[in-house]
Amino acid sequence: MKYMFQLMIILTVSFAGELMNYLLPFAVPASVYGLVLMFLLLLTGIVKLDQVEDTARFLMSIMPLFFIEPTVSFMNTLGLVEGKVAALFIASFLSFAAVLGITGITAQMIRKHSGRKEDKADGSK
Amino acid sequence: MDLNELLGDSLFFGIALSLVAFRAGVWMEKKWKITVLNALLISVIIIIVLLTVTGISYETYQYGAKYLSFFLTPVTVCLAVPLYKQVQMLLTNLPAVLISIAAGCLGHAVVIVLLLTMFGADRTLILSLLPKSITSAIALGVAAEIEGVPGIAVMGVMIAGASGAVAGSALLKVFRITDPVAQGLALGSSSHAIGTTRAIEMGELQAAMSSLAIVITGLLTVLMVPWIAALL
Repeated sequence: MKYMFQLMIILTVSFAGELMNYLLPFAVPASVYGLVLMFLLLLTGIVKLDQVEDTARFLMSIMPLFFIEPTVSFMNTLGLVEGKVAALFIASFLSFAAVLGITGITAQMIRKHSGRKEDKADGSK
Repeated sequence: MDLNELLGDSLFFGIALSLVAFRAGVWMEKKWKITVLNALLISVIIIIVLLTVTGISYETYQYGAKYLSFFLTPVTVCLAVPLYKQVQMLLTNLPAVLISIAAGCLGHAVVIVLLLTMFGADRTLILSLLPKSITSAIALGVAAEIEGVPGIAVMGVMIAGASGAVAGSALLKVFRITDPVAQGLALGSSSHAIGTTRAIEMGELQAAMSSLAIVITGLLTVLMVPWIAALL
């Protein structure tokens, strides 16, 4: 019964996400509305962590399985990327490196900056 | 005998093939330890090769396999659970997390648009790759919302993951990123769950920040990408 109750919550929130995607004018996927909604439900305590955690952990542990079919569908799109496969790989790798560098360096700078302020605050005591 | 005729109405052919191929992928990943090939990528290659060799059409495979994707929305909803468990960690590092990931998302879009335009790629390819540094769970939805092609988007996500597995730690050194929080954020925002497996090897703080970064990068990309798509 525990899993049925947990699935009920997760699937109902998924449905609410679908409704929001349908009714609201933003280009936000149903799944992301659902994610934010579930996060708010947990934060406000309307849904308790132990009312969803086991099923959530199970679903997340088999998550790669849900990506197989969409990835295989790439073979159907080969016509669209014809002659652009090298560009796809190069752009994907370089943009990956850019995100890693920009996010990492920015975060490090912010952390150093706020760390120094804390040090000063400690020193003035 | 036409295999497509035999299997065309089978609901469980595609599902069983996906699970068997994934199992084989897990086995080969453990056995060979080639960082660029994770279980998911191996299973996809096995399926594509098998379909091509036997002449079974993608439609025959997809007829049953599409039901596996039924869980994509629920599993994305479940990502709220790790986010909630790390909410304290998020709040203590809020400026570092939000500003750095927002900068990373923006930089990602700029690099994708500039490079692909330079290579003469069309709008569809650019739109499809805009969500490629986030988890497939969210990237598939984003690609559909902005009229990209989900199949190309997930291929980009796979390349990002493989890049993170192969080059993640080396690039952290190149960019001199030594702060553990920054390391975790960098890996999670650039190569999602695969980057996070690298972060787990580096330490607890890196792992927590990386899994936090997966969700935050996904959410910020959802907010940012439609604006960029409108400019193209």
